Amino acid sequence: MNITPEVVAAHQLTAAEYQRIIELLGREPTLTELGIFSVMWSEHCSYKSTRVHLKKLPTDSRYVLQGPGENAGIIDIGDGVAIAFKIESHNHPSFIEPFQGAATGVGGILRDIFTMGARPIAVMDSIRFGPLDDPKTGDRNRHILEGVVSGISHYGNCFGVPTVGGECVFDTSYDGNPLVNVFALGVFRHDEIFYGKATGVGNPVIYVGAKTGRDGIHGASMASAEFTEESKQKRPNVQVGDPFMEKLLLEACLEAMKTGAIVGIQDMGAAGLTSSTCEMGSRAGTGIEIDLQYVPQRETGMTPYEIMLSESQERMLLVAEKGREQAVYDVFKKWGLDAVQIGVVTPDGLLRIKNHGEVVAEIPNRALADEAPKYQRPFTKPLRPAPLDGPTVRSSDLKGDLLKLLGSADLCSKRWIWEQYDHQVRTNTVAGPGYDAAVVRIKESGTSVAMSLDGNGRYCSLDPRLGTKLIVAECCRNLSTVGALPIATTNNLNFGNPERPEIMAQIVESIEGLAEACRVFEVPVTGGNVSLYNETLGTPILPTPVVGIVGVLPTALPVSSSFTEEGLSVLLIGGFGNSDWQQFGGTQYAKVIENSLWGVPPALDMDYEKRVQETVRTLVRERIVSTAHDLGEGGLAVAVAEASFGPARIGADLELDSNLPSELALFHEGPSRILVATGDPEGVILAARKNGVEALKIGVTVSGIVRISKPDSVLMEASISELFEPWSEYLPGVFQAAVIS
Amino acid sequence: MTVGVVVFPGSNCDHDAHFAFRNSLGADAKFIWHDSDSLGDVDAVILPGGFSYGDYLRTGAIAKFSPVMGAVKRFAENGGPVLGICNGFQVLTEAGLLPGALVRNAGLKFVCRTVPLEVSSTSSAFTQGLEKGQVLRLPVAHGEGCYIADAATLNELESEGRVVLRYRDNPNGSVNDIAGIVNRERNVLGMMPHPERAADPLVGGTDGLAILRALLSPEAFHSPLLAVSHT
Repeated sequence: MNITPEVVAAHQLTAAEYQRIIELLGREPTLTELGIFSVMWSEHCSYKSTRVHLKKLPTDSRYVLQGPGENAGIIDIGDGVAIAFKIESHNHPSFIEPFQGAATGVGGILRDIFTMGARPIAVMDSIRFGPLDDPKTGDRNRHILEGVVSGISHYGNCFGVPTVGGECVFDTSYDGNPLVNVFALGVFRHDEIFYGKATGVGNPVIYVGAKTGRDGIHGASMASAEFTEESKQKRPNVQVGDPFMEKLLLEACLEAMKTGAIVGIQDMGAAGLTSSTCEMGSRAGTGIEIDLQYVPQRETGMTPYEIMLSESQERMLLVAEKGREQAVYDVFKKWGLDAVQIGVVTPDGLLRIKNHGEVVAEIPNRALADEAPKYQRPFTKPLRPAPLDGPTVRSSDLKGDLLKLLGSADLCSKRWIWEQYDHQVRTNTVAGPGYDAAVVRIKESGTSVAMSLDGNGRYCSLDPRLGTKLIVAECCRNLSTVGALPIATTNNLNFGNPERPEIMAQIVESIEGLAEACRVFEVPVTGGNVSLYNETLGTPILPTPVVGIVGVLPTALPVSSSFTEEGLSVLLIGGFGNSDWQQFGGTQYAKVIENSLWGVPPALDMDYEKRVQETVRTLVRERIVSTAHDLGEGGLAVAVAEASFGPARIGADLELDSNLPSELALFHEGPSRILVATGDPEGVILAARKNGVEALKIGVTVSGIVRISKPDSVLMEASISELFEPWSEYLPGVFQAAVIS
Repeated sequence: MTVGVVVFPGSNCDHDAHFAFRNSLGADAKFIWHDSDSLGDVDAVILPGGFSYGDYLRTGAIAKFSPVMGAVKRFAENGGPVLGICNGFQVLTEAGLLPGALVRNAGLKFVCRTVPLEVSSTSSAFTQGLEKGQVLRLPVAHGEGCYIADAATLNELESEGRVVLRYRDNPNGSVNDIAGIVNRERNVLGMMPHPERAADPLVGGTDGLAILRALLSPEAFHSPLLAVSHT
């Protein structure tokens, strides 16, 4: 087949990129070589639009054992124990085939963790969809959500990893482009860490796991293009997952690693056999020669092009020490898995692919893995998507507003979703779904690990830089509220088409905001994922960076996130916060009650935020408070309602001596605030003062109701059951109604 | 005193059961690989939760053919205590060690939730530390936990006091709210809820400990007194 400009374009390579390939090879590529370049140089694999900016992120601290560039970041948590964690997106596949798209998203990130030698012990997911009750698109959006949730549930539950938390958000911009970002975390000892390096010339290159089929060919390039009407034809590009196979692969890999015969190992994720071979070679500065005739195949008649580009799931590539292969084969045989030598490590730095002895591709590993084009794409200032000033907000029914907020898609209970996930398997879940952050104990040490996943597309659309900083602050605040010290970050940058300067501007601002906040909060970035071209028919998603931060804490039962008994003092650490009408435009109140978006995100004083977090960590760890709950979306009123939904059905009677207008006092989303209940208010105030932080006593816990007043009037009073109903019924109701109609 | 935890390919609560016995009860526990046709020297057997052989075909349907199940059958026939949890319960019904079957939840979705359960019979050594009517809070986590059986079998189970645990708030549509049953000889218990997930005050409470602890007195399962006094 001739390589015409059309063929080059069909591989989503530009003419200039094709010229670069010719320079690197010193000749025209074969079709197989072109396919190999096209996946390795795709946005998904090469980060070509963002690499120059990602360099700005802080990546080091005394806890970091492995920063970006490996399959996952690694953090030291003491006692000789480390954790590996990372986030990955599977946005495009989940739109085309929600169940398999989400399931294989889970599978892919789990392999990233156990390929490093760590046993996965927790998963979280951040998922975003179009509105579920929209008359036009609701049907499809519900179908996508149900598919995604059952895909995650199917894969994670069967594999045996608990799904301990996450977020689920709705916006019309995700209508034709849902987001599925999956985070996984694993644990191991320092001496059990493995890397994806093909070291030792002459060592055998071994293929293990599932057989190779035609599924997922060009998945990585698909994830690097916008959706069009033709996308619906791309269904064969989506891979099919088998969590049982993955579970066997996990156990076999961990057991094989213990033999001491494995030199390096990497999963075959995006770009399958291509990325695993050239990346392992490139990291070690070696070459790899394989012969495709030895690759276990599920279908007959596959071409070298198809075998190299297949994204069949549940496969790994490993390099064993020559002479000790048998120990590896024995383990895989025990688990009933294929393990076949397909090649050998060479000294020449080349990826040499043979088929029945005939060379079909020969490319320097570095050209593929490290010399992918890097673009300094032009960017403007981010476009302002909404006016600075919004409608006049004057509520006539604050209680009615709270009920609407509690029963809205973003703020309602997500129990309907998380009960479909096994969140307890492995018996480590100290705090699961429903807490501000998940806490998982580490059996290997006396420590626990906390984790939180957050995003906010509305804030980021108004100001990507400040919006991203607010997300980092929120994530760290969630961790601090369960008593954990935040130590490291992973991130998933979900944006539109980077070739548009206004979208590129969002990306740059967001990355710079992330860099700045991660420096201040001392949470270096150890890895992550970039998902671009999230557009359908020219409409981009809201800029949606999703941040996952992990923290450490001594193993102990956390304090409750809900009120536990009557008669305790309720305090607001951090004070009432500042807000104004412009800063109100990105809130849930603006979205749900005013059906609008305007203004700027809430102001953030990172130094103050840090001191608030320090304060709450002390209060929680020393158990000076019996309840701690972070104020987030929906502001104070929503936080108080949520804190009242515990099994004890204890609410609060609060008096807000604030100058803010009532709507702002109840619903503004200014950061740096945490609600606590305590029998020792003086102790709380003292601890706050030490950190230069305000702690206001705003009321007491009471049985059965929530009442919020100003000094001269009652703003709202409601029974807890009245508040609980819309909150708990929205999601089941939406799906119930769909069945009936 | 050793508890054997069977490991099928796809078992994923095997480590949890092992940990509960060793860590919470200070007992000795060991894993038994599925292709072993002997249990070795064990005093009680756990068939753990998970997705044995991927639960392809039907839950537990392939596991019943594994070599270890022959050994488990012989062990049970000789009066040894066997506890099947979740997928283990499904395997026991498929293998014919317990009657009835477990099918798709009535809600058609996987459900993971801590539920109240009533101890509805104390006619076996599994409940030696419990009282009739006592309420335990244990987690369930399954997609196919709806217990069904024909009328004659149900009648037999009920009249012989072999329904050990019942849901207070049925999460899966099980007939008669059945959450756990024993065999006629009362040495094989199958239950969908997970006692090993409620064996530590730090995670899930300790309501599951009484049932696990019962396995550490295997002699109680051989006691003719118990069998006589409750039939």
